[in-house]
Amino acid sequence: MSGNFAPGDTVQVISTHPPGHRRTPYYIRGKTGEIERVCGDFANPEELAYGFDGLPKKTLYRVRFKQTHVWSDYAGPESDTVDVDIYEHWLLPA
Amino acid sequence: MAEERGTHDHDHDHDHDHDLTFQPNIEDSEAGRYELMTYAIRELLMEKGHLTPDELRAAQEKVESLQHSDGAKVIAKAWTDVDFKNRLLDDGNAALAEVGVDAGAAKMTVVENTDDVQNVVVCTLCSCYPRAVLGMPPDWYRSKSYRSRVVIEPRQVLSEFGTNVPDDMTVRVHDSLADLRYLVIPRRPEGTDGWSEDQLAAIVTRDTMVGVANPTAS
Repeated sequence: MSGNFAPGDTVQVISTHPPGHRRTPYYIRGKTGEIERVCGDFANPEELAYGFDGLPKKTLYRVRFKQTHVWSDYAGPESDTVDVDIYEHWLLPA
Repeated sequence: MAEERGTHDHDHDHDHDHDLTFQPNIEDSEAGRYELMTYAIRELLMEKGHLTPDELRAAQEKVESLQHSDGAKVIAKAWTDVDFKNRLLDDGNAALAEVGVDAGAAKMTVVENTDDVQNVVVCTLCSCYPRAVLGMPPDWYRSKSYRSRVVIEPRQVLSEFGTNVPDDMTVRVHDSLADLRYLVIPRRPEGTDGWSEDQLAAIVTRDTMVGVANPTAS
């Protein structure tokens, strides 16, 4: 289960709130964005944090979100974005 | 004989001094849970012979000696050598290695400010920062205020840094969360034609490489 998305794909961040050392910030959970680039495969930091080996590695993506989508009262222009690095297991096709 | 402090009952409208106040020593504040855990682990590592006090000191010294001037040299080179700039944008770690900067295990992601885009970097979860090229992060970068606000109202935060971004430009916030570290290539300012790399590096400040400021020729 690696490298399932390509640049330009639309993805949705899973909206879930498991306990633990999670690297996906709350504000972006449930939001829809576009894969900006594939960053490579990395040992899963959510496992490494507890002394596990973090394997199998997870594919990391940079996902671009429109600020006006992320914040309903965003004050800037439509073109503003926030780019967030997100691991594949947090993403669904959208 | 000293009066027992804090137990007497009286009005505070009199004018004699109570205690002198001293600036607290940083060691005086009570150690938090994580600080205590850090001390415990450090002592265990030393007791078991995995780490010597000198190794710890040297590691600290090395981290704290990293300077943003390394980043500034990289930017100056990128401004004067478009092929280098493209390699930097394509594979930050490899391009940094060419100029003798070891970016470590993190993936250096280099983004470029243009006439249309202002990039700004944050780590909303902690304080991920490209220490290999910029040294230690400034206090404001680690503050909760910057970390929460720059992602919600980046234009407002940038203006508080003195950087006003016109509405026809895109502000692109980069939230650096685990394995990526970001370096911003600022826009090369006008009036710097013919400058040497050293002259250019001198105007590339730390904040311009985080994206909260833009360099100027003066």
